[in-house]
Amino acid sequence: MKYLKTLAEACIGCNTCMSVCSKLYFKEDNPEKSAIRVGQAADGSYTLAACDQCQACVAECPTLAITVNKQGVVLINKGLCINCLACVAVCPTRTMMTYHGGLVPFKCIACDACVKECPTNALKIEVKEK
Amino acid sequence: MSANETKHDIEKIRKAHKVLKEFSYEMKPVVKGYNDRTLYINLDTLEIKEKPVPAEMKKKFIGGKGYDLKLLWDAVKGDTKWDSPENEICIAMGPIAGNTNYPGSGKSIVTTISPQTGIPVDCNVGGHFGPYLKFSGFDAMEIQGKSKSEIIIYIDGNQNKIQIMEAPEEAVDSHVLAEQLHEMFAANEREKQHVSVVSAGHGAEHAWIGCLNFSYWDKRRKLPRLKQAGRGGTGTVFRNKKLKALVVKYSGLTGKSNNPVDMNTLQKTGLKLHKEILTLDDKQCQMRTIGTAHLVEIMNDYDLLPTKNFRFGSHPEAVKLASWVWKAHFTQNVPDGCWFGCTMSCAHGVDNFELKTGPYKGHKVLVDGPEYETVGGCGSNPAIFDPEAVIEINFYCDTYGLDTISFGTITGFVMDCYENGILNKERTGGLEMTWGNWEATLEMMHRIARGEGFGLIAGKGVKYMQKYFVEQYGADAQFLKDIGMHGKGLEQSEYMSKESLAQQGGYYLTNKGPQHDEAWLIFMDMVNNHIPTFEKKAEALHYFPVFRTWFSLQGLCKLPWNDVEPADNAQQPEPNKVPEHVQNYVDIFNAITGEHIDKQGLMLQSERVYNFQRVFNLKMGHGKRPDDYPPYRAMGPVTVEEYESRAERYDKLLQEKQNIDPAGKSSAEKVKLLRQYREQQYESLIDAVFKRRGWSPQGVPTVEHLKEIGMDLPDVLALVKKHL
Repeated sequence: MKYLKTLAEACIGCNTCMSVCSKLYFKEDNPEKSAIRVGQAADGSYTLAACDQCQACVAECPTLAITVNKQGVVLINKGLCINCLACVAVCPTRTMMTYHGGLVPFKCIACDACVKECPTNALKIEVKEK
Repeated sequence: MSANETKHDIEKIRKAHKVLKEFSYEMKPVVKGYNDRTLYINLDTLEIKEKPVPAEMKKKFIGGKGYDLKLLWDAVKGDTKWDSPENEICIAMGPIAGNTNYPGSGKSIVTTISPQTGIPVDCNVGGHFGPYLKFSGFDAMEIQGKSKSEIIIYIDGNQNKIQIMEAPEEAVDSHVLAEQLHEMFAANEREKQHVSVVSAGHGAEHAWIGCLNFSYWDKRRKLPRLKQAGRGGTGTVFRNKKLKALVVKYSGLTGKSNNPVDMNTLQKTGLKLHKEILTLDDKQCQMRTIGTAHLVEIMNDYDLLPTKNFRFGSHPEAVKLASWVWKAHFTQNVPDGCWFGCTMSCAHGVDNFELKTGPYKGHKVLVDGPEYETVGGCGSNPAIFDPEAVIEINFYCDTYGLDTISFGTITGFVMDCYENGILNKERTGGLEMTWGNWEATLEMMHRIARGEGFGLIAGKGVKYMQKYFVEQYGADAQFLKDIGMHGKGLEQSEYMSKESLAQQGGYYLTNKGPQHDEAWLIFMDMVNNHIPTFEKKAEALHYFPVFRTWFSLQGLCKLPWNDVEPADNAQQPEPNKVPEHVQNYVDIFNAITGEHIDKQGLMLQSERVYNFQRVFNLKMGHGKRPDDYPPYRAMGPVTVEEYESRAERYDKLLQEKQNIDPAGKSSAEKVKLLRQYREQQYESLIDAVFKRRGWSPQGVPTVEHLKEIGMDLPDVLALVKKHL
């Protein structure tokens, strides 16, 4: 399956990826609306979190609004979503995202927009077995 | 062929429809969880109208069961019987119902004058009907009168149109009918999820224990699922009105359909509980994987699983009905929630179950359940320890529209009477009703559905049979009174209450009869001894019935309240109340409605309706102290056999509680001595509970109490004054 691989040790915390992601999908520069999240651990090192396409949310969704495409990428059909957020709760990597005031959750679909902009190659699209 | 192996010729069925009445209404958005109007339909006059909800009704009755009871109170007279035209089927939801964020928020509450008890019965049921009805524009619907022909009522929440139509060709049994109607009223496969059906079955036509099935479309199985408004004969009233089905269609559900005031709090509170369930359920109640059937071995271990008509609380063969057996039968193992967003997902099912008996013999069907109550009632209580037989009984009860709890308790009673010579093969029409005989049990049910012979007698319930057996067969009335497990006419649900005085009150000091939805105090009382005094028991029998009433005012399920608990719950004050979850309820009520209640405000809402229901019983000629006694088998050993099976326990109690030396006394003497003590204890319990509830010693809410809680409505006061 195709997924966004994160290499946190290469991250310099510039937040470019969050900016790129939220601008692309929400037309605004807002970290709360980014499907990739940059964080910082207690020791000062950076962390990166994005969906690894594990599909835990697919099984949980009561309306079958979450499906997997041929490349193994997990997608949300907004028209079927009834906004229960069960997928957010079940996500083991906490990468099914919501924002204040939003109804439909969102997630990384391994589009590679952030990969192209990352100055340190801390992100890349890879393919792995399920 | 459909997955339920029944062929539907939908076009032929549809062509036979004749629209008798059509009504259009203006769509208005739900505001803060309310439409502020209800739907009235009269089947005698074919009148359809919308009724505004007066501000006073909203304030005092809140919604759900409160609205049901208010509408029903206004519709019936004191001498109204279950089959009187003015009796109604009321279905209401409540302000929280239909939100998709907080688990367990999709319940409908059904109320009617019960054929079994003659007083209002209320059932809290899942499925999609209630929320879809609400988002179609109505906080409640009431159906009065009786149709002359078989009809369906169709509510189209998108076209804002209601039709009453003759529907002669549809099936009656629910598993077929629900599938037909989902297919008929959905324009395409995707729309099937937007349809919900309420139906009963052939059993409900002949029995007084008829239930209603509320459907939801299971997208994974591509079949309708059925959840039951089980207790007290709602399905019987439904079929008596010649109602074949109610159908609602609504597309457009979102997390904001209730137009809540504070979406953020609703989402956050829901997400918190989702995470709690997902993290803790496997370690706690396993509702997601097994559901309520996880209780079977626990109840058996604590001597609480009814066997042989509640004679005993455990059985060596009960292991055959243990949770792991059901887990192996449950198929698919995916979240099975009866409303969107319920991560507790306890609605499990058995797919492709091949039936061995009855009109659908050989068909492979989907069975909803079994739940714990069905396993206790239709399994251990009649000593049927064959899980496949229990699944088949479960299936036929559902599709025939029969309540599994009443059917199970009835079957136990019939078998007890059979063993005691009150019944025999001649009297049962050839049915050998010996313990564990599942084939005879199923045949008895098929006869109920066909309206034949002994099926007609058994289907009317334990109370009816007691009278019938005394009058027709000269049976010992006192013995039948002692072993007939009903209160007010409603059969007891499936827990042993013999060793818990508080649970005897939990069952029998109730508004509608011995159903465990008011209070389940056995562990608090018997196992953990947290409520040793009469005052503490009375406090519990005040708090829990009042608190638990709230779920049905709101359209909520009780299970997410305490079938999952926060990790630190045990360290909280009063952990039995699950205080964090009660606060969640306060928070989501305020978030949706914009009100500012606290925990006391929540209790006040419930206490008003709880007392109103008690007064309603009074209106119907019941609702006083004499209506609130259990059969002795719910309190202690009726027979020497029961005593001797737990002789050590009872001997010790005689010694410790009554200061009686059991040595040298016969078992019959000891049964009598223990009985005197326990009956006296129950009298003291009633005194304490009525006092705590603000009721007179006869069980009538006092004027002062009604004023104190703000339920001093003129007609309520006028009624109680006649009885004080």
